[in-house]
Amino acid sequence: MSEHLHMNCEQLLGSLSEYVDGELDPQLCREIEKHLAECDNCRIVLNTIKRTIDLVQTPLEKPDLPADVRERLFKRLNLDDYLNSKSQ
Amino acid sequence: MDKAKETNISLEALLAGDRAEFARMVDAYSGQIYRLGLRMLGNAQDAEDVLQNTFLNALVHLSEFEGRSSLSTWLYRIAANEALMLLRKRKPEVDLEDAEEKHEGEDLKPSHFVDWSTLPEEKLLSEEGRMILDQAIQSLPESLRIVFLLRDVEGLSIKETAEALGLTESNVKTRLLRARLFLREQLSAYYGEREIHEERNE
Repeated sequence: MSEHLHMNCEQLLGSLSEYVDGELDPQLCREIEKHLAECDNCRIVLNTIKRTIDLVQTPLEKPDLPADVRERLFKRLNLDDYLNSKSQ
Repeated sequence: MDKAKETNISLEALLAGDRAEFARMVDAYSGQIYRLGLRMLGNAQDAEDVLQNTFLNALVHLSEFEGRSSLSTWLYRIAANEALMLLRKRKPEVDLEDAEEKHEGEDLKPSHFVDWSTLPEEKLLSEEGRMILDQAIQSLPESLRIVFLLRDVEGLSIKETAEALGLTESNVKTRLLRARLFLREQLSAYYGEREIHEERNE
């Protein structure tokens, strides 16, 4: 990477996560955006890291706890009496 | 992330030893705790151990819960400790504390510069795409994986993640960045090669 990156790329990498989360101050954001406009590799890293986070956060069908796992859990907690009281 | 509000669990009733309320709490949070266990340990048996131990511990230590964090964050904290303890038992060679120092300077440097971010959703979210993503998450070093799962998968804030893991916020941010760059790198290697392959075959 060293042949591709000068100091600004490394600085950008260090702030990338917070930049993506919108947690950087506007001044730093402007510097990053200026760098991004000129640096293909950093733009690719930004696009793909954003996409990676998107993919992870794309809601999967979140299956309920398997019934047998729930049953064993309730028994272990001595909550047998409440096994049939699931309200959701 | 204040699930206690969403789920209307009464802390007062819990502290008073109301079993029905405890059962409601178990139902409200067991899914997410089990999911975290599955992704940390990689198998159903260990995930179930984490799940059971988390709520057993919660039952024992409920009186110590001061409500400074949300109920959800508190349970995640117990679950994360359980998961990490189990991992240490399984793999004593894994040093969770030093993992990030060991990787210092290596894993921050991207080496794949293929822009796969514009690939169609159905490709990225296909069964194969999901599998590649899951494998990449599984191959994260444990100390990074737990941070990544709490923050990016379960949706805790940096502050909540720090509270749940007993880390500083700045430590969480560093680990999160490393985890995200690591995953990006794995996906880029996969999609980069696949694209080249497909172009050749066209």
